[in-house]
Amino acid sequence: MIGLEIFNTFILLLLVVAAVTSLWVKDLLVSAVVFGVYSFLMCLLWAEMGAVDVAFTEATVGAGISTVVLVATIFHLRRKSND
Amino acid sequence: MEGGSLVSELFIERLNYCIYVVLLLIGLWAMLAKRNLVKKLIGMSIFQTAIILFYVSIAVKKDATIPIYLAEHDPHGSHAKVATEKNATGNQDAYHPVELKPETVKGYANPLPHVLMLTAIVVGVATLGLALALTQRIYQGYGTVEEDELLVKLERADERTSVSPVTGAKPKGRARSSTQGSKAKAVASSISKNKSTAKNSSVSKTKKKIQSQSSSPRKTSGKGKPKPKS
Amino acid sequence: MKFFSLIPVIVIGGLLLWAGQDFPKWGDVESPASKSPVSSHFIANTGVDTEVPNMVTAVLADYRGFDTMFETVVVFIAGMAVIAILRGSSVGRPRRKDHEVEAEPDLIVTNTVRLIVPVLQIFAFYVLAHGHVSPGGGFQGGVVMGASFILIALSWDLEKAMSRFPIERCLFVAAMGIVLYGGIGLLSMMLGGEFLDYAELDKILPVSREMARYHAMLGVEIGVGFTVASIMFVLYANLASEGRLKQGL
Repeated sequence: MIGLEIFNTFILLLLVVAAVTSLWVKDLLVSAVVFGVYSFLMCLLWAEMGAVDVAFTEATVGAGISTVVLVATIFHLRRKSND
Repeated sequence: MEGGSLVSELFIERLNYCIYVVLLLIGLWAMLAKRNLVKKLIGMSIFQTAIILFYVSIAVKKDATIPIYLAEHDPHGSHAKVATEKNATGNQDAYHPVELKPETVKGYANPLPHVLMLTAIVVGVATLGLALALTQRIYQGYGTVEEDELLVKLERADERTSVSPVTGAKPKGRARSSTQGSKAKAVASSISKNKSTAKNSSVSKTKKKIQSQSSSPRKTSGKGKPKPKS
Repeated sequence: MKFFSLIPVIVIGGLLLWAGQDFPKWGDVESPASKSPVSSHFIANTGVDTEVPNMVTAVLADYRGFDTMFETVVVFIAGMAVIAILRGSSVGRPRRKDHEVEAEPDLIVTNTVRLIVPVLQIFAFYVLAHGHVSPGGGFQGGVVMGASFILIALSWDLEKAMSRFPIERCLFVAAMGIVLYGGIGLLSMMLGGEFLDYAELDKILPVSREMARYHAMLGVEIGVGFTVASIMFVLYANLASEGRLKQGL
């Protein structure tokens, strides 16, 4: 049981790192891809919590479609961000 | 109140809530302080997933399985079993799935937050797409998605079309907003790098539109207003 | 600006942490959300009422069917709005020079995608139809289906995907999904029940009341899948081409 809690906490800390990184970097493409990583970590956490349907939805929607849509938008904008 | 117990309450037994709060605050801070519109939208998604994470985590029960019936509670599983028994023993009792006992209910995770959040995720990506479409439109109009540059360009656009403060203060809402839209388009196309003849014609067209649309607020206010120069 | 925005952030964070000590512990079986009669009823009675083993699907499509219907409508409206915002917005604007690509679609990529896409689409149908007994359902299956078309558009170009699934057909299919959902609801109303009361469908289906709910849920999930699949593709196609609906990424 303690092992699972350590795993949960580890994934949660990785989530914070991914969230900060995707907002920190100045390259928007990197930002979008790190946001995809964030979504996959979230999906892993939900699957571990027993919410399999939500995890499946997040894996297809959050990590798949929203990353693709973000990249498609950034393609038409300037790739560098000022902050 | 002793501070030690509060700290242990919060940061050891409820560490997960602290991390949800941190994620939510990261998203909120990005929405407030980041100046790039795409960064703001990523912050919005982080905010949203933090809330979804909170909802999903209150559905967790210790030592519970996922909200899909195990084989012994599965209506079709037991149905099949009853059918084979019936064939073997000739028992003609009709089959009825039984309601689960409260102690068995504890063995399944709570399905209700999962349902609420499942639809929220899909609606979230639809709204993210809508917001990104608006961002693309802003980039087409102004050539930037940085908020500070955008504000400077908006100010310059307002100066150039020289709306007097009197008529600008109380025009009809609809006329004003449409005028601003076409103004923005005219300014944007004049500052955009790639100029073409087709665009020049569209610029003059939009300026004509400005003239025709700005006539209605002038009539209502009854004051002479300088015409936008074409 | 960055400094001042920290003030509301810190205030809200302090309030949330203060409220955090009242929340139940991780995995608490006796937490208010888990103890509430509603979710206990769903867990205990889903098998009796609908014979669907996956409680999430049953709650999504049956007990909370009205909610899901309008979530689908929200997705549909978002797709419409994206089309309305971006259509014609880039007429007369020259395509950016740095987006000119002369190369043919890559041979390895296209042949791999040729192999993957049929499998992906069959998997989408499996996820949709098997959502009653395993994780899955209309939303997930629809998104996987839409992703297969996005994959075609990414590896060839947008015209190839649009020739398979033109935008008019997308909108027609999306509207049909909602019509199917609402139609099942109206049909159960005409047969004497309430709106989305699927049990009344046993008058036209040769099954029991419970199995009528089971099968009506499948129909509803198919409707959701139609809408979500086509709207996901519409979102991608419009955003990737600034509303031009050709060339794309």
